[in-house]
Amino acid sequence: MGEPAENAVVDPGLDEQIKKLTSEKIEGVITKVLTEETAARLDVYMRTCVHCGLCAEACHYCLSHDKDPRFSPVGKVKQTLWEILRRKGKVEPEFIRECARIAFTECNVCRRCSMYCPFGIDIAYLLLVVRRICSLLGVVPQYLQDTVNSHAVTSNQMWVKQDEWIDTLQWQEEDTQDEIKDARIPLDKEGAEIMYSVIGPEPKFLAQLLGNIAFIMNVAGIDWTMPSFDGWDNSNMAMYSGDCESRARIERTHDEAAFKLKVKKIVMGECGHAFRGAVYDGPKGLGWKEPPVPLIHAIQFYYELIRDGKVKIVKKFEGPVTVQDPCNVVRGRGLGKMLRYIMRAVCEDFRDVSPRFEHNYCCGAGGGVINCGPSWKSARVKGNSVKAEQLKATGAKVIITPCHNCHSGIEDIINYYKLGMHVKFFSEILVNAMEIPEELKV
Amino acid sequence: MALLTNCDWNTRKKHIADIDEWKKKFSVIHELAVSPDGEKISAIIKGDNDRFTPCVNGVTWPHTFEKAWSLRFGCDGRLTCLAMNDDEWTVATDDQMWEEKYDYVWNLQENRDGECIAVNIKTGGQYGVAVNDKRWENIFFEARDLAISPDGEHTAAIVQTERLDGADTVGFLEGVWSVAVDGHRWDKNFTNVWGVTFSCDSRNVAAEVRTDIRDYTIAVDGNPWNTVFRCVWEPLFNPANGDVTAPVQTERGWTLALNGTVIWDKYFNQLWHQRYNPNSQDIAAVVSPKFGKWTIAINGSPWKETFSDAVLPPVFSPDGTRVAAVIKNKGKWTIAVDGQPWDEVFDMIWNPHFSPDGSRIAAKAERGGDFFVVIDGKVGSPFEACWDPVFSPDGKKLLIRSIDDGAYYRRVCSV
Repeated sequence: MGEPAENAVVDPGLDEQIKKLTSEKIEGVITKVLTEETAARLDVYMRTCVHCGLCAEACHYCLSHDKDPRFSPVGKVKQTLWEILRRKGKVEPEFIRECARIAFTECNVCRRCSMYCPFGIDIAYLLLVVRRICSLLGVVPQYLQDTVNSHAVTSNQMWVKQDEWIDTLQWQEEDTQDEIKDARIPLDKEGAEIMYSVIGPEPKFLAQLLGNIAFIMNVAGIDWTMPSFDGWDNSNMAMYSGDCESRARIERTHDEAAFKLKVKKIVMGECGHAFRGAVYDGPKGLGWKEPPVPLIHAIQFYYELIRDGKVKIVKKFEGPVTVQDPCNVVRGRGLGKMLRYIMRAVCEDFRDVSPRFEHNYCCGAGGGVINCGPSWKSARVKGNSVKAEQLKATGAKVIITPCHNCHSGIEDIINYYKLGMHVKFFSEILVNAMEIPEELKV
Repeated sequence: MALLTNCDWNTRKKHIADIDEWKKKFSVIHELAVSPDGEKISAIIKGDNDRFTPCVNGVTWPHTFEKAWSLRFGCDGRLTCLAMNDDEWTVATDDQMWEEKYDYVWNLQENRDGECIAVNIKTGGQYGVAVNDKRWENIFFEARDLAISPDGEHTAAIVQTERLDGADTVGFLEGVWSVAVDGHRWDKNFTNVWGVTFSCDSRNVAAEVRTDIRDYTIAVDGNPWNTVFRCVWEPLFNPANGDVTAPVQTERGWTLALNGTVIWDKYFNQLWHQRYNPNSQDIAAVVSPKFGKWTIAINGSPWKETFSDAVLPPVFSPDGTRVAAVIKNKGKWTIAVDGQPWDEVFDMIWNPHFSPDGSRIAAKAERGGDFFVVIDGKVGSPFEACWDPVFSPDGKKLLIRSIDDGAYYRRVCSV
């Protein structure tokens, strides 16, 4: 039932690592996870599932593969966790490789399938249990593991060194001053209203996004700060690799930064999985019922700025534009209406997607799948032809993706399916649409 | 502490600087900092020719910089910042620049008496630490974080000792990270190192280490404990005997271990931020006895009262008889003392400060945009801004550093 030999992807994180496994080690890890970690939740899910297959209609991989049942959510569980349970953990290294391939690269843990399950089973959780087993066995796609290693050392996912982070902020502060008089990115301002946190790719590859937020914050007159120390990255790839210990350490570092700065609120940039990690999946692993410092996503922040008149829109974006509902903030937290409010406020010709809101299709990149690296890219984009069809049907030329994974994933889809569209973050159109007060103009 | 012993504890109110005047004079004023004795207030400002420098009580340093940040007063009253000219960074203290220059400097720190000033540095594309204008003899592929010994004689950082190619996950697991003390690395490498701390006598160093995918423990002077755990948090040296304790995660939950052996018989959903009583072996720590509930445990026994949102690190009174901590409950911040929260709640509150005899507690707080000094739960007059209150060495007076009507004042009140 594995991937066809001619399509087999070479990944040292799987191929080389399974060579180090023994049956005893596999069984020991599986027993440990199933007896010490999963508790009643897994048991209830496994006993409740009636194998009806309704979840198949939900999964973009399944829909994009002509409804091949192997790609249905329940099919993925059947090929992995059910087999592990049936064989009481007595499985071979090659089987673990197959589990890793399915759980890491053919499921975005986007939770669309839970809405189609008559019992609301969190099927993504079941695939995350498989990932947890694989992680403890050291069998994780190489590039995903590398981001987790980066997190473990630096608290950010891109190996951004401490000096590089500060230097980048100071550079972007200077650049912003070309447009906004005396604009600042205040570092370590204790007692500020807001701590703004981002994900590692921003200082690494997309520094202009830091400039954009400096532009917006200075025009809106927000009392804000960014930490010069670890904790500035709100992302959490360990949440997806199955490394629960690193996941907890990453979230704690982010929380502690906010405590240290005595801020009342954290605003995070345009990232979906980071929101999931910091707001609802990550905190629980540390014992927090809710994030100890309230945290809002950029969508809500922009919504409040525009609604309250703190930024005024004077030149709307022209041309047909559509939007991606990031799973982790729309399906996961219901920000779909706010997203449309800001889209309509800033765009002349907004064309909505269908399906939309919580029913939207995942971009195919989230859940750590894009982080599995270039060797898995082909499988990823082929597994999301429904997304290409959905976007094409809007007739839009530009897609706004208020999420980094969505941004990269949809860019790949656009290129592969030759859609002739462009992807932008919301901040990119907001900075061009908003008024700069006279007194702030250079 | 000499600064506070010798400072003016008699003048009730002193006008130090007119901050509103600064705002008219300078187009940019960074965050304000005040000296421990309250006699000075400073901020980095943008002056002529778009150059930056600290302004102290209205007077700017003669030296100016292309960039400057991380301004702070040390506990000895000296003013230090990180500054850059001609693409070279250095440390400036009271308008005196270090002779050494670096590609970059950050993480400015001082020891307990302020005599030792240290920073992380990048130089020639490699990384190390500089202490009082002298860089470590050895530099590394990377050096992260920084710890200074209490006596200021030693510094330590987490260092990468070997090159690691991109996405080399196998090499990573074998370990390329260690700890360097005064530039000399430990013999052993680890997969990860965090939480470097010195012993109270400044002789030993401990850190959290990860030795395999799922094995975590504590290393002391490079030697890991014999026991491994699911996870660990920052170690701490017992000030009396040099033992090392750390929160550790076992299959039963989080508890406290001493030199590798579990010593508490209670297990928690979470446990971190352990602190030693200065006068005994007592240990207080933040714990979560149940999911979503937080409190302080002393020697493993939690306070009866729990709080829904957060509890910050505990603070022992100088005589060790009381414990206070910042807590957040149902969205509001206050301070709990020996398990009892103050009645007054705030939008934000800063760390509690005990009087020398431990009988009084003062803290800075904010509510509705106004700042206050709170003493034993009683709220004082509102300020535009204020800093942490400071007890006099005899505990009879309180120094309040605040801004009213655009001016900075130093006040001394009887308590």
